[in-house]
Amino acid sequence: MTGNKKITEKLVMIGMYVAAFITVAALFTVVGYVYVKGIGAISLDFLLDYPYRLEFGGIFPQIVGTIYLAAVCLLFAVPLGVASAIYLSEYAPDNMITGTVRFFVECLAGIPSIVIGLFGLIFLVHYLGLGISLLSGGLTLGFMILPWTIRASEEAIKAVPGSYREASLALGASKWQTIRNVVLKNAYPGIISGILLGCGKAIGDTAIVLFTAGSGLEWFLPMAITDPVGSLTVYTYILATQAHTEAGILRAFGASLVLLTMFFMVTVTALYLRNRYVRRMSGW
Amino acid sequence: MGVLERVRIFKFWKMGESIKERLIEKLLFLLSLSSILIVFFIIVFMLKEGLPAFALGGEFFFGMTWHPATNQFGILILVLCTFIVGIGALVLATIIGIPTAVFLAEFSPEWLRNIIKPCVEMLVGIPSVVIGFFGLMVLVIFIRDTFGGWGESILAGWIILAIMTLPHVISISEDAIRAVPKAYKEASLALGATHLQTVTRVILPNARSGILASLILGMGNAVGETMAVLMVIGNPEIPFIPESVLEPVRVLTSTIVIEAAYMIWGSTHQHALIALGVVLFVIVALLNAITTVMIRKGMVK
Repeated sequence: MTGNKKITEKLVMIGMYVAAFITVAALFTVVGYVYVKGIGAISLDFLLDYPYRLEFGGIFPQIVGTIYLAAVCLLFAVPLGVASAIYLSEYAPDNMITGTVRFFVECLAGIPSIVIGLFGLIFLVHYLGLGISLLSGGLTLGFMILPWTIRASEEAIKAVPGSYREASLALGASKWQTIRNVVLKNAYPGIISGILLGCGKAIGDTAIVLFTAGSGLEWFLPMAITDPVGSLTVYTYILATQAHTEAGILRAFGASLVLLTMFFMVTVTALYLRNRYVRRMSGW
Repeated sequence: MGVLERVRIFKFWKMGESIKERLIEKLLFLLSLSSILIVFFIIVFMLKEGLPAFALGGEFFFGMTWHPATNQFGILILVLCTFIVGIGALVLATIIGIPTAVFLAEFSPEWLRNIIKPCVEMLVGIPSVVIGFFGLMVLVIFIRDTFGGWGESILAGWIILAIMTLPHVISISEDAIRAVPKAYKEASLALGATHLQTVTRVILPNARSGILASLILGMGNAVGETMAVLMVIGNPEIPFIPESVLEPVRVLTSTIVIEAAYMIWGSTHQHALIALGVVLFVIVALLNAITTVMIRKGMVK
């Protein structure tokens, strides 16, 4: 009987190891496959040339477009997000209005990105007449990451010990001076980490960009903020589903590789900042 | 806290003359209302644009035929297919995710946890189009060669969606397991139970609501996920109830993306697609609401 039990325990342990292994393997398989397949497409021409039809040229406008979109998105979401977080964590009285704000932040975080994309299409592209453009795409991406920016900033601000604030207030600094010089100064690595995680989400989003920013095959750089703009995600999507030649598929792998590399650079920086920051704060 | 609060209030009262301070507070307050404004606009505009389709009534909500070419917009079939794909993916994610969460929370050595945990965090953010592309190039071809059929199938959708929901299930379940008071565990161990017995008889039952919440949240993610699933499930032109897991299928999100490419602005088709978005929004919001309530209940307990 005890022997049986021991065997069962061993089997369950093995099962758990296998499950954990599958989780890690899923990540490495996907990433590894894209890197192995995509590395053959990467060349200076591929990175710095303009695309021509489905199978020729490079992905320069797509790379730049992705960066532009992320920039517009952050320009919108970061000021709003950080301001909201400061208000919610430092000023907000515990009343109905604040509760409502928090509820809606959670709401916004829960809306599937495709619904936000549809909204961008109806409201920005058609109703406000911004058209399929860098501005529409960036703003819609901003709607998506706003709640994540708020959450991350709030967490970072809350991690600053209360004694810091009290010390500053006791020295005669005003509330805003305290927030600006003490709270934000200590919370900024956490805030930047949150912003970078949001940026990673914005870089990787496809549905929103497809609806609001452009078809992905743009062979030009946007000259104005109201021009359509290409992006790596939509380019990958279009090629993956519509290219039927080896060259086209190879290009899609190359674009995925560049996309993943950008995503990893942003996310790893964010996780590094967060870990270092958390350690420093808990070290006090 | 009372004294500190009073000190702060006193401070604030003393600064009362300073107009700048007040202006800043008001400005921050106004900016923090932006989230409310955005959600409000989303709801108003989605409802307004979807209304003509909702006006179709029963034909829209309970129709089993979705065929824009002949002006038939019955969404029930799409909702059913969405749940077929979502539930299957969730089952897979549960089978892999819960043991992983238990392992991370209870059994994993520190060094292994330091490897697995960042991987899980990375997996959350991997652009879904990349995962979908991988599915299309590897999984779909594998299924076609091994089991026959088109390859673009429910099965492929299940696996790809399971990969995408896995990290959510793992991180929330792990938190729930860690939240079980240490004393429970120690009491069980002191009574002579093995670690594994303690986990199955004491820790898991106590973490139940949190784990269930993670599954419902995972379901919400699976239902709202777009690009990855779109690329591997085949999307037949006229959706039907599939009879085997190797048949192609069509879900809410993939219908919106594919048909938005050629819809005519202002047509019933466009209104119906936006109404699909509203239905999707409502389903996901309900699932999220259930999750929030369950997590809160779990914390109170």
